[in-house]
Amino acid sequence: MEKEETPMLSGAQMVVKSLEELGVKYLFGYPGGAVLDIYDALFEHQAIEHILVRHEQAAVHAADGYARATGDVGSVLVTSGPGATNTITGIATAYMDSIPLVVLSGQVPTTVIGEDAFQETDMVGCSRPIVKHSFLVKRAEDIPEAIAKAYYIARTGRPGPVVVDLPKDIVNPLIKAPYNLPKDINIRSYKPSSKGHPRQIKKAVELLCNAKRPVLYTGGGIISADASTELTSLAEKLNIPVTNTLMGLGGISGVHPQFVGMLGMHGTYEANKVMHNADLIFAVGARFDDRVTNNVKKFCPNATIVHVDVDPTSISKTIQAHVPVVGGAKRVLQQVLDLIERADIDNDKDEMAKWWSQIDQWREVDSLGYKKSPEQIMPQQVIECLYEVTNGDAYVTSDVGQHQMFAAMYYPFKKPRQWINSGGLGTMGFGLPAAMGVKLAFPDSYVACVTGDGSIQMNIQELATCLQYGIPVKIININNSSLGMVKQWQSMFYDGRHSHSYMDSLPDFVKLAEAYGHVGMRVSDPAELKDVMEKAFAMKDKLVFLDINVDPTAHVYPMQIKGGKIDDMVLATKDGENK
Amino acid sequence: MRRILSILLENEPGALSRIVGLFSQRGYNIESLTVAKTDDETLSRITISTRGDERVLEQITKQVNKLVDVLKVRELTERPNVEREIVLVKMLAENNEQREEIKRCSDIFRGQIIDVTAKIYTVQLLGTSEKVEAFIDVMRENGNIIETVRSGVVGIGRGDKALKP
Ligand SMILES: Cc1ncc(C[n+]2csc(CCOP(=O)(O)OP(=O)(O)O)c2C)c(N)n1
Ligand SMILES: [Mg+2]
Repeated sequence: MEKEETPMLSGAQMVVKSLEELGVKYLFGYPGGAVLDIYDALFEHQAIEHILVRHEQAAVHAADGYARATGDVGSVLVTSGPGATNTITGIATAYMDSIPLVVLSGQVPTTVIGEDAFQETDMVGCSRPIVKHSFLVKRAEDIPEAIAKAYYIARTGRPGPVVVDLPKDIVNPLIKAPYNLPKDINIRSYKPSSKGHPRQIKKAVELLCNAKRPVLYTGGGIISADASTELTSLAEKLNIPVTNTLMGLGGISGVHPQFVGMLGMHGTYEANKVMHNADLIFAVGARFDDRVTNNVKKFCPNATIVHVDVDPTSISKTIQAHVPVVGGAKRVLQQVLDLIERADIDNDKDEMAKWWSQIDQWREVDSLGYKKSPEQIMPQQVIECLYEVTNGDAYVTSDVGQHQMFAAMYYPFKKPRQWINSGGLGTMGFGLPAAMGVKLAFPDSYVACVTGDGSIQMNIQELATCLQYGIPVKIININNSSLGMVKQWQSMFYDGRHSHSYMDSLPDFVKLAEAYGHVGMRVSDPAELKDVMEKAFAMKDKLVFLDINVDPTAHVYPMQIKGGKIDDMVLATKDGENK
Repeated sequence: MRRILSILLENEPGALSRIVGLFSQRGYNIESLTVAKTDDETLSRITISTRGDERVLEQITKQVNKLVDVLKVRELTERPNVEREIVLVKMLAENNEQREEIKRCSDIFRGQIIDVTAKIYTVQLLGTSEKVEAFIDVMRENGNIIETVRSGVVGIGRGDKALKP
C-alpha cells in the first residue's frame, strides 16, 4: 500500500485547511490587503462559514459569545494594521474573562516588517499584555503547527485568547510547502495541571465538613470547566449555601433553594451577609476581585479560606488563602466529592440548620424588592418580564451599565453558559455581537441582548450583519436616555452633578432597526410591556429591536458602600428611597 | 528585600519581551536583568534581580511561571547560591598619583586593569553585587570615574541542584 503523502499547499491554503481540520465551524472576520490570499482560499469553501462583521471589534465579541455559549474556541480573521488594532478591545475583553479565542491577523510581508510599511502594526507587541500567548509565524510550513498550538493553548488550563500573526509573503498562493498538522500537541514549557494535590484536597474537605457557617463562593471557573453538576452535588450533599460572582451565574441554578444570589458590589443582602459571617469560604474558580471584596482589609475577618483555581496566580493575589488548591474546578470538585463519599464524612446537620435559619432572616429583607408604578416601566420589571416570556430558558447577553446589573440580578439563570456578559473588562458594545455568536451556535434557542441606549450604539452597525446572515436575536434596549450607571454614581457620589451622562439626540431606534431591515417596537406603558415582549419573541425569524422606555431615575440596589466591609450596603426601600 | 530569580525559557523571539512586559505591566521592579542562551541552545536563561516582600515574590514567581514560554522559575536567594557581577570602570589616570591610587584600589578589590591609554585606565572587577558597589563607591570618592558599566547579576545554586527542563 502507498503511504499517504504530505500534501503541498500554499500558506493561505494551510490556514484554511488547519482551521477545517481543527473543527472550526464559524470564522468571524473582515478582509483587507494582508489577508486577501487567505480570503481567496476561503472563497467557496464549504466546511467553514465565514461571517462578515461590520467592525473587527465585533468579530472578536461574536467569536467570544460563540465560545462562551458553546465552550469551544472562537475564531477570528482580520487584516493587518487597523484591522488588527480594532480587535484589541475584543481581545482584552476575552482575556479578562478567560475566554478561549484564536485571532488570526494578517501582517505585512516578513521582508518589510519593521519598516513602517503600509498597514503595519506590531500586533504581537500591541496585544502582548492581553493575550494568553501569541505567535508571529515566519515560514509557511510552520503555519499548521502554530495554529494547532494556538487552539490548544487557548482552550486548555485557564482558557484565553491567542493571537497568530501571519505575514503576507508566507501565505503567498504561488509558493507551496509541505502541510503537516500535528495531531498531538506537546509543549514542554506548558503543562497545565488539572488535578488537585490530594493532601490539599484532604485539608479542604476537613475544613468544609467541620465548618459551622460555610459558603461556596464560585465564579467563572465553574462555567468554563463545566463543573456545574459537581458544584450542585457538593452543595446539596452538605446543605451549604452557594453564592456566584457576576461571571459565575448559572454555575448553580438561579432558582435552586440553596442559591443566595450574586455577591459583591450589587450582590444580594443575603449573599454578602453570608460571606461576611462565614467561618469557611470555599472559593472555586473565583478570584476575589475588587468588585466582590470591597475593602480587602475588612474582608470576611472570621473566615478560613480555601481557594481552588486552575491558575495559581489567582490564589492569594488579593486575599491570602489558608488552603490553596491548584487544579481545574471540575476535577477538584470530583476529588472532593470522592473523598467525602469514600471516607463517609458528613457535616453537622444541626449546625447547618442553624446557619440556614440565620440566612432565611437575611432573605426576609428582600433586597431585590422594588416598587412598580402604573405610569412608568421599571427596568427591573423588564428583566422579570423577559424571564417570564422566555420561560427562563433564554441565552442572555448584555452590555455594560445598569441594565447589565438588572439582568444579572433579576433573571435567574438555570444553566451555565446562559448568561453572557463582559464581567472583567466591562466592555460597552459587547452585547449585540456576542448575541450573534450565540444565536449562530444555537439557532433554535431564544437569544436576547439586554442593552442600554448608550451601549447599543457602540456596535449598532452589526444590525447589518444580522440581516445578511439571518440572525434573529431580540434586542431588549432598556432606554433611560442616559448613561445610567454613570449617572447613578454622579447622583450618589458627586452631588447629582450629571456631567456628560445624558444621551441627548438619541436616534429613533425603531426607525433605525427598520432602516437596517429589521423589526422595531417601542413600549412605554407598563400595562403593554408583556404583550409587546411576547409579540417580539413570537417573531421567530425576525430580529426585533425592542426599545423600552423606563424610569430614568431608577438606581441599582443593593450597592456596597465604598471602602467598607463586603456587607456594608445601601439598600432600596420599598418606596424606592435609600435606606 | 533584594531577590534573585532564575528563569529558564524557550530561546525564541518575543520570549524576553513577555518577561519584561510582565514586570512593567504588573508594577514589579527590575534592578538588573541578564539573558543569554544556555548550553542547550534551544533554551535561554534569565537572571533578574528584583525587590519585594514574600507576597510580591510569590506573585512574580507565579506570574512568570504562567507565561507559556517559561519552563522553570526559581528564587535563587531562597537557597545557598553563588552570584557574580562584572563591572567595567573607566577612570581618569592623568598623573602618577591617580594611577597609583587606581592600581592600589583595584589590587585591594582584586580587579584588573584591562585597558590603558595616556590618560585613561579601565578596570574590570568581578564579584558579588555588594563588592561591585563597594568598589564603585571607593572610586567615586577618588572622584575620577568617567563611566561605569555593570553586567547585572548572574547566579547559580550551590551543589547539585540545577535548573533543568
Ligand atoms: C467602552 C466603555 N466606555 C465607557 C464605559 C463606562 N461606562 C460604564 S456603564 C456606562 C453607561 C452605560 O450606559 P447605557 O448603555 O445606556 O446603560 P445604562 O447604565 O443606562 O443601563 C459607561 C459609560 C464602559 N464600561 N465601556
Ligand atoms: Mg442608558
